[in-house]
Amino acid sequence: MAPFLDPLLIVALALNFVALGVSRIRGVINAVALQGILLGILALFVHSEIGIRGILLVGGTICLKGFVIPRFLVHALREANIQHEVTPVVNYMNSILLGAVGTGLAMVFSSTLPLADTHKGLLLVPASLATVWTGFLMLTTRKKAIMQVLGYLLLENGIFLFGLLLLEAMPLLVEVGVLLDLFTGVFVMGIIIHHISREFASISTEHLTELKE
Amino acid sequence: MSLMLIIFPVVMAAVTFSVPSNRWRPWLLPLGAMGHLVLVLWVILRAAPGDPGTALGGWLALDALGKLVTVFLSVLFFLCSLYAPGYLALRSDRPNRVFCANIFIVQAMMTLVTLSHHLGLMWVAMEATTLASAPLLYFNHNSRSLEATWKYLLIGSVGIALALFGSFFLAYASLKAGLQSELLFDQLVKDAPRLSTPWLHAAFVLLFVGYGTKMGLAPMHTWKPDAYGEAPGIVGTLLAGGVTSCAFLAILRIYQICRAGADAEFAREIMIFMGLLSMAVAAVFMVRQRDIKRMLAYSSVEHMGILVLGIGVGGVAAYGALLHLINNGLTKGVLFLSAGNIHRAYGSKITDDVQGAIQRVPLSGSLFLAGFLAITGSPPFGPFVSEFTILNGAIGSGQYLAGGVFLLLLGIVFIGMGATVLAVVQGTPSDQGKANSFRDSVATGLPILLFMAIVLLLGLYIPPPLESLLRDAAAFLEVKR
Repeated sequence: MAPFLDPLLIVALALNFVALGVSRIRGVINAVALQGILLGILALFVHSEIGIRGILLVGGTICLKGFVIPRFLVHALREANIQHEVTPVVNYMNSILLGAVGTGLAMVFSSTLPLADTHKGLLLVPASLATVWTGFLMLTTRKKAIMQVLGYLLLENGIFLFGLLLLEAMPLLVEVGVLLDLFTGVFVMGIIIHHISREFASISTEHLTELKE
Repeated sequence: MSLMLIIFPVVMAAVTFSVPSNRWRPWLLPLGAMGHLVLVLWVILRAAPGDPGTALGGWLALDALGKLVTVFLSVLFFLCSLYAPGYLALRSDRPNRVFCANIFIVQAMMTLVTLSHHLGLMWVAMEATTLASAPLLYFNHNSRSLEATWKYLLIGSVGIALALFGSFFLAYASLKAGLQSELLFDQLVKDAPRLSTPWLHAAFVLLFVGYGTKMGLAPMHTWKPDAYGEAPGIVGTLLAGGVTSCAFLAILRIYQICRAGADAEFAREIMIFMGLLSMAVAAVFMVRQRDIKRMLAYSSVEHMGILVLGIGVGGVAAYGALLHLINNGLTKGVLFLSAGNIHRAYGSKITDDVQGAIQRVPLSGSLFLAGFLAITGSPPFGPFVSEFTILNGAIGSGQYLAGGVFLLLLGIVFIGMGATVLAVVQGTPSDQGKANSFRDSVATGLPILLFMAIVLLLGLYIPPPLESLLRDAAAFLEVKR
């Protein structure tokens, strides 16, 4: 394994905490975008030989997760013309604390997993689990619809990290399909956010409580 | 050839999208649906027995299980499409370009799910059904449908992301065993005994939770009452009968891998428990339910529970579950479409406002009542046969506890749902209910009548071609390979 792998993963993990801790939505978008770019670069290091397929995938991932989706979200944010504060249910300090606990548990848990011999001691699996955890944390503890989309993106990033172990096995068509679904998903969510902001003059999901028993 | 089944609806979507007339566009739906049905029947009848009809190097294949679900989806789609022109003519104030085109896309993606023999491709198609159906839910463009769409989209996407994680775990299970981890279904079934057991178990749980969210099993069902409550009846039918059936098929695929790996017990226990839990949760929320469409959503949760319960019990019950897939989907067509008509007639779907539906809209009212009797398992309708078969399977194999709880919950649901339905159909309509100009018509009544006729037929007599499809599918599911 390349020596750059672990440092890059540590940066990716640190970005989870940035995403939990910054108070401006733009900051969170930037953190998630940077993590997306890192994921693309990581794919280059995980496998020694990388064919034209790999290059395409890396290019696609960086382009989509690092630039297209964040651009689109920034656009949606500007369009919605809302306050740029995150408005968490759980405050920033506690979010970071919860994130840290989750990351620690992910480390412990991964060391007990029956991994293949070549993957033992890699930071990839704990980083994946920790990022999935962070994604769930953001999905549940943030009020604004756009923050929930960002939580979903973090969740996808975590799954992508695990997928790096399987890069050789996964056919390109499936990877492209997954990326395409992710993009379309965020696109549709963006449109819905636009409608939410027009309907309620806010994108807080606090307004979405009309339907209940 | 099987590729055509997917390309055709996509082309129809493009054609539909390019038609400028809001008035004539909905007529393309029955046309395209008929074309799809003819194509499906042609592909299946032409296929020689035992020929899996593979395409794209084994990525697509029409196996016995796939055949059954594909035919069912196509019939369901056709009957729904007959309702569409009449319904959309009533809603001529709303543009329907995106609506009509997306219905075709949903149909294409559902067909892709049934044909996929690559679990990654299946995942992509399943997520695509979520994305394509979101605009259908938002058809009414009001704050309530907005909330429903947001919840549907977010919970659906997060749930299905877990299924992707599970698919990766499954690939890792074969990587760990030193096998090629390509996620090809047939390969996985063949390799199943050698897969790494802990990873296989973890994969099953994640995939079950992920696709279970899409299916609407409790406790991952929270999006369902909101989504079905706000969706137009025709969309409710497509979701409750079609998309959920696709998610169920995805779970069946994973179950087959577990079964081939001699791990069926593990999967079955989870399925029996989750099946009964879904029925219980649905029963609790159906008692004193005042919103008729939300009631139907909980009924859907209940029946999804019955499906996984049937598979969990196994044997004869697995056959019953496959039959119930069809019966449930078609009966949901009766219920959602007639509830849609009643909603339109009264301008409300709360039982406080909706009374005397049999007087106000005689056809829709009586069909709603008949649909209720059918879905709760009263003879002589189809669901009675399939539910009885599942019960029979449970008792026959000595699983008395599961069978007993199943029967008890069916009873509670019957009483709970009955109270709401009778309140709707009986009594005299209020003045507010009479004010509206909506009346039963051929365009909005005949498709429901057709749904009802098939449900009744399936209760009395299962046509031999369907019987052989069902037997093949059940054998395919249960056979030890």
